[in-house]
Amino acid sequence: MGFMDILQIVIPSTLLWAAPLILTALGGIFSERSGVVNIGLEGLMVIGAFTGIVFNLETVQVFGNWTPWVALLVAALVGALFSLIHAVATISFRADHTVSGVAINLLAVGVALFLVKLIYDKGQTDIIQKGFRKIDIPFLSDIPIIGPIFFSNTYWTSYVAIIIAIIAWFIVFKTPFGLRLRSTGEHPMAADTMGINVTKMRYIGVIISGALGGLGGAVYAQSISSDFSHATISGQGFMALAAMIFGKWHPLGAMGAAIFFGFAQSLSIIGNSLPFLQNVPSVILLIAPYILTILALTGFIGRADAPKASGTHYIKGSR
Amino acid sequence: MQMSSRMKNLLTPVIAVLLGVLVGTIIMIVSGYDAIAAYTALWNGAFGDVYFVGEVVRQVTPYILAGLAVAFAFKTGLFNIGVEGQMLVGWVAAVWVGVSFDLPRIIHLPLAVLAAGVAGALWAFIPGYLKARFRVHEVIVTIMLNHTALYVTNEIIRSVLSDGKERTDMIAESASLRSPFFEVLTDYSRMHWGITIAIICAIIMWFILEKTTTGFELRAVGFNEHASQYAGMNVKRNIILSMVISGVFAGLAGAMEGLGTFGYAAVKGGFTGVGFDGIAVALLGGNTAIGVILAAILFGGLKVGALNMPLEAGVPNELVDIIIALIIIFVASSYIIRWFIDRISKKGVK
Repeated sequence: MGFMDILQIVIPSTLLWAAPLILTALGGIFSERSGVVNIGLEGLMVIGAFTGIVFNLETVQVFGNWTPWVALLVAALVGALFSLIHAVATISFRADHTVSGVAINLLAVGVALFLVKLIYDKGQTDIIQKGFRKIDIPFLSDIPIIGPIFFSNTYWTSYVAIIIAIIAWFIVFKTPFGLRLRSTGEHPMAADTMGINVTKMRYIGVIISGALGGLGGAVYAQSISSDFSHATISGQGFMALAAMIFGKWHPLGAMGAAIFFGFAQSLSIIGNSLPFLQNVPSVILLIAPYILTILALTGFIGRADAPKASGTHYIKGSR
Repeated sequence: MQMSSRMKNLLTPVIAVLLGVLVGTIIMIVSGYDAIAAYTALWNGAFGDVYFVGEVVRQVTPYILAGLAVAFAFKTGLFNIGVEGQMLVGWVAAVWVGVSFDLPRIIHLPLAVLAAGVAGALWAFIPGYLKARFRVHEVIVTIMLNHTALYVTNEIIRSVLSDGKERTDMIAESASLRSPFFEVLTDYSRMHWGITIAIICAIIMWFILEKTTTGFELRAVGFNEHASQYAGMNVKRNIILSMVISGVFAGLAGAMEGLGTFGYAAVKGGFTGVGFDGIAVALLGGNTAIGVILAAILFGGLKVGALNMPLEAGVPNELVDIIIALIIIFVASSYIIRWFIDRISKKGVK
């Protein structure tokens, strides 16, 4: 097996697994940059995956080939609505962010499975007919060398995720809105003094994270699992959280980390078909993202610091 | 009359539970289910028969220990989300000792239980040490270690404790917590001796925190790290100690499953959920020993009773997961509940 062949297997597979992680990690960034810790990313992905699959199954007659894309939008919307629970609990009711996030994860699984049983009277959904399929991207796939590696046998969603990451970087670091968002996460009192509505910014941050988390879940469900059950989302949300930290709360850094984690995940699945990886136990690849994140936090791989006011409540008038 | 803060502390969890049940009821009515039939089925499935009571006790056992683990760390201002992972390593460690030795019961059983506690302690030492030494937030590290524990224990079960199989052999009789006495008493439920260990641990936690100097220091660090430092306490040592003791409780919760309920360890596709439910137990129990026991009984009853809901009332048992999650959200949002209590009790005066 030549080196090119290996790249042609590994890179599309890496991007496939990375796409949901990129989107969800970006969601985490919007929430944490505004000052709200969001452990509930996993739950938001569950809701997104559930919504995407159910919407896809129910409306495939109506939307035809566009079904998965419409389902993505609906999943983002439902994810945003669901994240409102986290927003209200943490911002308005001053609940501990981590506790509320844990509850969001439990609630999401409970609600999604409850509804699956209510709608379909069984523990998991049918397999969707129109998911995201492997495609050759027009024109770009004809470029020699780069084309076959990056743009053949790949998925649209991977490129959508990368484009959204670039947009997110622009929003967070190059727009007035992004500056305000970051200021409420670093020093809410200073932001408040400057006339920024801290509560509003934080609500927006959490809602965007809900939309992106829902998007991530729906991408995963429609490109990888193709149905929804209790095991569809099992740890991807936490891996996205890890990507966010590993990428130091920076959209492009998180994207890089998510692609790296996608690489590790895809290797643990396709590793057996690659000659140089046959002897590496899959457990090493499975735990690599988590161990690396711990090392990153510890400072061995460049120190990762959270936004300063992340996880704190802002109570007007208190010092 | 202004309500005392003690009264408010008691009232808040009760209101949170009632709100959780209320929302659960609304969900059932909206979904077209018969709520009364569902709650009847829930009650029958938890307390309708001695068998079910035995199963509730079986479920309550790891809940108490997981709840104690979360609560203990909380008292030192640490959030141990890693109970799930510490429990998994404890489970496998206990089973490891259970299958590999052939010893008299008086040595074997304590050794297996001890192994679980030590494994949990070591797993919890990592976030404790990283927090103390590098100021790394324990929440993230414990989450990452949960997943690491899941994959590592799966690998150990596959390649060390069996020959590529999905589960280990049964543990030796001499390491088992199973109790023929309880089994006969509860119509052959899986209730086992572990409940006594859980209750002893609750007493130990109360004793350490309330009656010893160490416990005072641990709580002091939780209240105010800087003041404790100034008063001459070793903050770093206390942070590590708190995580380690918390890990012991979590590891023991794993021993309850490995040596009592199941008698083996199996490869898992996902988490058991007991560690996360432990957070709910600790929160609802106000992070006190007696509160944890009461909350564990409530959640254990709900979880076991829920299994009867699809059979008797046709309601998905996930409804109970929804209710538990809602209870956590309401307890966490206690600020708003207290605010309401204040408003209402003030109005009572006028």
